[in-house]
Amino acid sequence: MLLAADLGASLGGRDVLHGVEFEARPGHITAIVGPNGSGKTTLLRRLTRDLPGPGSISLDGVRLADLSPRQLALRRAVLPQATAVGFPFTLREIVRMGHEAGHAAHLPGIVEAAVEEVGLSAKIDGFFQDMSGGEQARGHLARVRAQVWQARRAEYPCWLFVDEPVASLDIGHQLQVMSVLRRFADAGGGVVAVMHDLNLTAMHADRMVLMAEGRIAAAGRPAEVMTDPLLSGAYRCQLCVNTAPPGGIWLLPQAARLG
Amino acid sequence: MTAIPFTPAIRAPRLAVPAVTTGLALLLAAMACLSLSIGASGLLPWELFTRDLNPAERAILLDIRLPRLILGMLVGAALAVSGALMQGLFRNPLADPGLVGVGAGAGLGAVIAIVLGGVMPAAVQAVTGMYMVSLFAFFGGWATTLILYRVASLRGHTSIATMLLAGIVLGALAGAATGILIYLADDNQLRDLTFWGLGSLAGANWVKVWAAAPVLIAGLAAAPFLARGLNAMALGEAVARHLGVPVEAVKRGAILAVAAMTGASVAVSGGIGFVGIVVPHILRLAIGPDHRTLLPAAALFGATLLIGADTFSRVVVAPAELPIGIIMALIGAPVFLWILLARRATMEI
Repeated sequence: MLLAADLGASLGGRDVLHGVEFEARPGHITAIVGPNGSGKTTLLRRLTRDLPGPGSISLDGVRLADLSPRQLALRRAVLPQATAVGFPFTLREIVRMGHEAGHAAHLPGIVEAAVEEVGLSAKIDGFFQDMSGGEQARGHLARVRAQVWQARRAEYPCWLFVDEPVASLDIGHQLQVMSVLRRFADAGGGVVAVMHDLNLTAMHADRMVLMAEGRIAAAGRPAEVMTDPLLSGAYRCQLCVNTAPPGGIWLLPQAARLG
Repeated sequence: MTAIPFTPAIRAPRLAVPAVTTGLALLLAAMACLSLSIGASGLLPWELFTRDLNPAERAILLDIRLPRLILGMLVGAALAVSGALMQGLFRNPLADPGLVGVGAGAGLGAVIAIVLGGVMPAAVQAVTGMYMVSLFAFFGGWATTLILYRVASLRGHTSIATMLLAGIVLGALAGAATGILIYLADDNQLRDLTFWGLGSLAGANWVKVWAAAPVLIAGLAAAPFLARGLNAMALGEAVARHLGVPVEAVKRGAILAVAAMTGASVAVSGGIGFVGIVVPHILRLAIGPDHRTLLPAAALFGATLLIGADTFSRVVVAPAELPIGIIMALIGAPVFLWILLARRATMEI
């Protein structure tokens, strides 16, 4: 269980997160959604302690502040929005960095399995910098997967924090990445994902947290959050949620802007 | 995810790491034998065991050629490893202690010790003893590296342009201060300074070996412990932290090791540039950028390159000697230009 209370953050002297209470459960994909500048990434960076600020965060009963970087790396992996690679490493070497940092470092075959999971086996010995943006994004997903290969360990569940994991991907690979996250959650791990695509989120998330202006505007199951008034208010445009096929949710944005 | 810029760089098929490392070790051994065998007297090292040498001949082998060889290997290894560490720290293959002012900073420290050593308080002289020049060079290099890192890095990212320009500025500043001290120096000190400034192993003796070896060996021994951290830092400081790396400790360790090795090298052999650029660059092409294999290979290759250049410097204009700094610049500058041209398309300036 990820529990955060009273989280705040300021960037450049401006408060961008105000008293946020956040929780996420292992076994769930918890999606953070909201318009640009609403504080989604800031919230994620507070939850991963990349950004200092007020508030307390605990992971399965342990305060994050009490864990060393090494201990944290065994429990959770973080995938930022973009990661540039400084030297000509191969995909295998990049994924191996995650594998060696994680709890499964002693097990063989994980680097290959993680690369297979994102469909890049053919490029495993190719130079990372030569791969396309989308392939690099999937390569980094393989790296964080290799770091927390077993979603659940005897003592605690493992966690994945991902910031817009599908932003540079085509629809096929978007679904592939979401199913990687789904399998991780189904195996007992916790996933916290910043998402842009509301339809994809509605399809895959167990819980949605809607951010607006540095606060949580709504949180709950997708069906609870994906409502016309909540989305229209947060995104400041008229949105209309449709349900089709039965049980699924998809969205038709309308042209008229509010205010 | 935002789009990641497509960054083609120099590529080559990788060679097997064990083969390359073994090859470099053999090459080093061969070069060491060659270096011990070549000299004005025509003595060969194994004559030490095959016949009775007179005291002068023994001294040539054991007190002139041997300390020079050991110092050359240590300095070469230290310069190459310093370069690799600094490039890892800055995530940039163009960072080299000699190029970005750290060598100049260490040089200033050394010159302060040479020129002002006599007027320093007796306590300082007593404590530092024969290590004074090395120590001052270390502090000069350390201060420069620290300032450079503070200036060039912002939130875990390093700007290439800022780093090189800050390096030029720091180098110029250190050079100006060095100039003032040279202006103040007396004739004897001037001889020392000129000789030292060109970069040479010609002054090698056991005192210098004992003064520099502990620092150089400590730096070389510390380097492998930084390797995993530097690999992770190639993905940025935040990602390295997520991979469980104590980033601040790795940065401090790398800065200290670079300053110690650059300082000690500059103190005993003056300004020998480009070893730290050429060696890691060629090795990254050959065996890849993994610091766990890159650093040991760089030590072997750096040692080989420097004693090779030193041997060449003794032969090419014999019986005189060409300063080794000149030879390294002749080899190194074109390699640097090669890297620059290959990266030109993607350099962010």
